[in-house]
Amino acid sequence: MSTTDTGTDPYAQSQDTTSGPVFTVTGQDWDEVVAGVDPDASERIVVNMGPQHPSTHGVLRLILEIEGESVTEARCGIGYLHTGIEKNMEYRNWTQGVTFCTRMDYLSPMYNEAVYALGVEKLLGITDQIPEKADVLRVMMMEVNRISSHLVAIATGGMEIGALTVMTVGFRERELCLDLFELFSGLRMNSAYIRPGGVSQDVPEGGLDAVDRFVSLMRKRLPELAALCNQNPIFKGRLKDVGYLDLAGCLALGVTGPALRSTGYDWDLRKKQPYCGYETYDFDVITRDEPDAYGRFRIRLDEMDESLRIIEQCVTRLRALEGAPVMVADKKIAWPSQLAIGPDGQGNSLEHIRHIMGESMEALIHHFKLVTEGFRVPAGQVYTSVESPRGELACHLVSDGGTRPYRAHFRDPSFSNLQATAAMSEGGMLADVIVAIASIDPVMGGVDR
Amino acid sequence: MSDVPTGGTQEPSSTAVGGEEVVPSEARTLEVVEVREGMFGVHGTGDTSGYGGLQRPVAMPAASRRPFGGWYDDVADQLERLLGEEIGSGAIESVVADRDELTLHVRRERIREVCQHLRDDPALRFELCSGISGVHFPHEIGREFHAVYHLLSMTHNRRIRLEVAVPDSDPHIESVVSVYPTADWHERETWDFFGIVFDGHPALTRILMPDDWPGHPQRKDYPLGGIPVEYKGATVPPPDERRSYS
Amino acid sequence: MGLEEKLPSGVLLTTVEGLAGYFRKASFWPATFGLACCAIEMMEFGAPKYDSSRFGMEVFRASPRQADLMIVAGRVSQKMAPVLRQIYDQMANPKYVLAMGVCASSGGMFNNYAIVQGVDHIVPVDMYLPGCPPRPEMLIDAIMKLHDKIQHTKLGAHRAAEIASDEKVALEAVPTSAMKGLLR
Repeated sequence: MSTTDTGTDPYAQSQDTTSGPVFTVTGQDWDEVVAGVDPDASERIVVNMGPQHPSTHGVLRLILEIEGESVTEARCGIGYLHTGIEKNMEYRNWTQGVTFCTRMDYLSPMYNEAVYALGVEKLLGITDQIPEKADVLRVMMMEVNRISSHLVAIATGGMEIGALTVMTVGFRERELCLDLFELFSGLRMNSAYIRPGGVSQDVPEGGLDAVDRFVSLMRKRLPELAALCNQNPIFKGRLKDVGYLDLAGCLALGVTGPALRSTGYDWDLRKKQPYCGYETYDFDVITRDEPDAYGRFRIRLDEMDESLRIIEQCVTRLRALEGAPVMVADKKIAWPSQLAIGPDGQGNSLEHIRHIMGESMEALIHHFKLVTEGFRVPAGQVYTSVESPRGELACHLVSDGGTRPYRAHFRDPSFSNLQATAAMSEGGMLADVIVAIASIDPVMGGVDR
Repeated sequence: MSDVPTGGTQEPSSTAVGGEEVVPSEARTLEVVEVREGMFGVHGTGDTSGYGGLQRPVAMPAASRRPFGGWYDDVADQLERLLGEEIGSGAIESVVADRDELTLHVRRERIREVCQHLRDDPALRFELCSGISGVHFPHEIGREFHAVYHLLSMTHNRRIRLEVAVPDSDPHIESVVSVYPTADWHERETWDFFGIVFDGHPALTRILMPDDWPGHPQRKDYPLGGIPVEYKGATVPPPDERRSYS
Repeated sequence: MGLEEKLPSGVLLTTVEGLAGYFRKASFWPATFGLACCAIEMMEFGAPKYDSSRFGMEVFRASPRQADLMIVAGRVSQKMAPVLRQIYDQMANPKYVLAMGVCASSGGMFNNYAIVQGVDHIVPVDMYLPGCPPRPEMLIDAIMKLHDKIQHTKLGAHRAAEIASDEKVALEAVPTSAMKGLLR
């Protein structure tokens, strides 16, 4: 069926060989042509959003089919930040793997390190030999990280709906968390602090006092954020009943973390499958019966308060553990190098260098072997999981008995949670897609790895 | 120096020790996945260490025998009942209980059925699929690709791992998207990185790599793809081309 | 010409170039091109503690048409590279590119199949900023240096001559591959 006078059309010559409908794309009869394809086509618009868009929470690409302002279909395009971290880890030894996996989900580096370190320790069979102080330090840093991550989730979520004050407040507070990271690990982000066998550094001088100050300051400032948002009618109007996902939806789509807890189900791996001694801390799992963006926002706010409670308990324990080791006693695994602040602000411990270079040949050989070759891990596979700020972060490690991971796969919560985009935003308004995605807080570094 | 020998680092329980294979007494089949050659990562004439001829097979923890211990037996019994066949004879090839984790090796054409039982039976109830990924063992002829499924039972607070092995020549596995919708992206990722085809998946396309990307990057025969870094006349090769300990 | 003597006191004299450079650097709007870890530090640069509005840069423009500076903050994957180039092409002249962090500058620790080994393979880079990720202070320093460069950018025929002389210098410079000697 040709709808134009094809005999005179220079751009679409008629063809006799074809059977069935033939559509030419020139001439003045577009309406007829389109009507032949799809009667509703004039109403359907497919909008590409991202990967470079200020409201898509990173380099997420959304392909939205809209009808007026309503979204009829929503699909995600991911992979714009694929970094090949898992492949790269196969070419580095077990300890070096930490520096790679910490850069996956860049808002929760401590969790990436912890889940990897727990996996390596489980493969080695040394889980119960990790010194108590290392466990307490891990828990403390993870909880500080939970606060900083939730703050960014709230801040960027606010920014994306135009609440810039929420963003500035969130980032101001997050800076306090980063100061702590810097004090304890030497780096603001991507700190490679938690290593297989323990943590890289002992508590620095005055570190615990700084944590105390941090906790008391946050106790004053977090309520400010709550006062700014909780009852704010505009904020509530944008978040309430948006991005609805009930328990069945969460389980089917593998959604964990605040989104799962907003359905009222108290699934928190810290309580259910404790690691790093979480069973000995006193804290509550926050749940709400509002499985929407607002419920998730409130859960994040309240979880920060719980994290402060855990941090306080950690400080008390750390004061009692002064001088205790932070690395596993087995010198065949423990990283030999020590760090100290040199005149240039950072560097290796001069005492350690003096020891290996001037005093003990054996120590030098040991250092060299462990740093260049690394330790061997018995063949096998393990799966470890932690409750990251976004949900179940897990690590599947396969060892072939060598000095490097044979395969390291990370089950990032953002990756699974992002699958809920379609379920949460189809049928809603275009503007609510942003809110729905911000409410599960995907971090593209973790999604794409 | 520590005087506490903690072990665990040097003596892999079921792999090679001192060049000899140590087979645990209860093992039925030893799953050799790799053969390690030499000592210092140099091959051919460049290896002057004297260890060049060293060959050590690498084996994964072997299949366990009953009792597996604890709730592992409950799960195995219940599955045997539901499938109507014994472990080893039908859908489930073998069971490995290692490092407090239960692994079921499942035949590829039965994976959807096993998942359906694991999800739906109240005594099993693995309602959440944590993820699917792949592992490539190029030396395990006929079973080169392993798809690994991690399931979580929130009801019973248990975790289980399913492993499906397929040959390189015919890398097809039944999709479990109809049982676990969350498997959608995970199966796409496994296809993208390993080239394992999940039959019955609604839209098995690349997910992380660009659509027109050639090859499957996480395969062991796919190079890391780094470039040599040159600075002041010195060249540092990419990590996969450097000398390393094997 | 004697004109200067007739001006009342307190009037500063400058060139059109100086004035244009001053205006350009004083309203220097970055495009949001956050990719990975560095993007968070870039946002921190805009947040209260480091406060980019002190430099007239608090307006991160989402539209590349309104932006003068593209801060490539993070690792650029092969999949992202065409997008990045398109954003750059959409920016209006004069435009500048700041490669923030080692990944954007050289691929950094991710020397593999997925990452573009330096964003200068795709777009011309005016400033490289090392660090993984660089602190906001380092970003401020890089932007100050870029401001200085913009302040002294010439106009019209002078600019053409400057480009020609810059190119001549670049062509005569020793390529890094030919630089030998101590590693420092």
